[in-house]
Amino acid sequence: MSEQTQTGGQPFTPPPPPMPTAGGGGAGDALMDVVGVLARWREATVAIVAVALLLFFGLTHTSTFVTQTNAVDLLSELMMPIAIIAIGEVLLLICGEIDLSVGFIYTFAPFVMFFAIQDYHVPALLAIFLGLLTGVVAGWVNGFITVTLGVPSFITTIGTGYVLYGLALTLSHAQPSPAPPSALSAGKWLGIPGNPWQWAPFVWAVVLVLLFHLVLIRSRWGLHTIAIGGNQLAAREAGINVGRIKYGNFMITGFMGAFVGVQAALYTNNVDPNAGGYPPMFYAVIAAVIGGTAMLGGSGTILGAFLGAMVLATLQDGFDILGVSANPLPIIFGGAILVAMIANVQLARLRQAGRTL
Amino acid sequence: MTEQDQAPQEPGGPSLAAQEVLRAEHISKRYGAVTALRDVNIRLNRGEVLGLIGDNGAGKSTLLKIICGFQQPDSGRLLLDGQQVTLKSVVHARSLGIDVVYQDLALINELSVYHNMFLNRELTSGLLLSNGQMRRIARDHLAQMGVHIPSVNVPVASLSGGQRQAIAVARAVFTNAKVLLLDEPLAAMGVKEGAMILDLVQDLKHRGDVSVIIIAHNYAQVLQVCDRVNLLQHGEIAVDKYARDTSAEELTEIVVEEYRKALAERHHGAA
Repeated sequence: MSEQTQTGGQPFTPPPPPMPTAGGGGAGDALMDVVGVLARWREATVAIVAVALLLFFGLTHTSTFVTQTNAVDLLSELMMPIAIIAIGEVLLLICGEIDLSVGFIYTFAPFVMFFAIQDYHVPALLAIFLGLLTGVVAGWVNGFITVTLGVPSFITTIGTGYVLYGLALTLSHAQPSPAPPSALSAGKWLGIPGNPWQWAPFVWAVVLVLLFHLVLIRSRWGLHTIAIGGNQLAAREAGINVGRIKYGNFMITGFMGAFVGVQAALYTNNVDPNAGGYPPMFYAVIAAVIGGTAMLGGSGTILGAFLGAMVLATLQDGFDILGVSANPLPIIFGGAILVAMIANVQLARLRQAGRTL
Repeated sequence: MTEQDQAPQEPGGPSLAAQEVLRAEHISKRYGAVTALRDVNIRLNRGEVLGLIGDNGAGKSTLLKIICGFQQPDSGRLLLDGQQVTLKSVVHARSLGIDVVYQDLALINELSVYHNMFLNRELTSGLLLSNGQMRRIARDHLAQMGVHIPSVNVPVASLSGGQRQAIAVARAVFTNAKVLLLDEPLAAMGVKEGAMILDLVQDLKHRGDVSVIIIAHNYAQVLQVCDRVNLLQHGEIAVDKYARDTSAEELTEIVVEEYRKALAERHHGAA
């Protein structure tokens, strides 16, 4: 029961915090109050951590951290890719799947845009949309192999990821190229350096996160995604088209990967076969998990993943500003996942204990 | 089996066929060498509660799977409201008004009570869920059915087994089930919980718009709420009696007698 009682991201009020039985100590009551608050708003923990990190770096390194340049670095460059890819991963994790290929969709999609313009003289705006469409198609392929052919998504997406990476390497002869100038001007709205377009990536992240947060908690699509992760058999019995929802969530994730990939190629003016890959995908999964998404499906929140992305980006940026080498960063990230997961499991246990005392 | 000949006559019903909501005729089902059902005939009248009882392996589950559309019989036919139907799937059967409630399998633990009640039939305004409206309707419906839970907003994971079962039944009624199949609704349930479910079935009976088949092996409990019982033995209907004309003792005696007879035969055959 302990896992099942977690209710984050649901549009209903979770049960009242457990009432400690008479005779319990005052410290116990206070502990249960804290647990109650944390249980009621699952994003609370990660929100506190994100704010604490921002305050820490903001107060100790005000002159370097609280600047427009750093804000753009932090929000548009570091956080945006994690937050946007995490939208897709949250939806997939909730319905019991995962996409390990999305980082290579990120790698591959800009090449479609690039070659459409360079070799086929497609108008730049259309080429950008073809790049984004690539992600949707790649997501459909992931859905086809996973849902229709029955291969676990963990394996499917390792395979499709390698294929996409290989395609990008082959097509580019493993050489990066500058983005076509026409794409740079046609894709300003995706974000390019300099005011005001340097803020666009962050704005896109916020818009997409809010939009899909609404989809998850207030639409039939979101409800059915949760239902499938909670009890796939019962969802199917109720007539929910499980395959359609899973296909859709793979396609949403593919779109997010392509969006981030095309955006990064334009922003850095570099179409690079070694951009993307596993790091942005794993950061997104970590952001989802520390934001409160269950790896086993059934619950999760996109807002939590956004805050998780904020934590990861702040850590990366903060280390940079502190002048610390990037080498220990993986230790911090690994530790963050472990702490977040241990806290989740233990909080659930504490709540259960409070209920049965 | 001589008891089969004692199938009760409808007491003074003017039009027998008109009252019949479901009829299964000459149903047979084999799994390889095993005959699960042999020429089974059952009928269910409107507003009736039929108890389907029998020992493990007697064919109860197979019959249930056929009536709810999960499996197709090898031979025989099903009539719903006098019309022959071929059930392609559980979802198809449900769309025709035959709904099965499995113990603890039907609900999504992570979702609230009212989202479970409306699962895949959600009310929306535009693209967004009308949660307030669904909450209100679910609350009214549960209150009307006498199902008491702390709140429709809680996830069903936080409810007891009996409450979950009651919600699954209420949902089936809510989605206009004409024939409700309850598979072992009392298994793994405490005395109070069991009583709650039996009360719920009583209520359904009084409402009269739903007909119920209860599958169970606790004869005494089944007889409390059933109008009629069918006893399955070795894939055949051995007894079809009104509940008031029989007792748990009698039914138990029939099953035990059958067991002794089989034992004697085996003994005889071996000697």
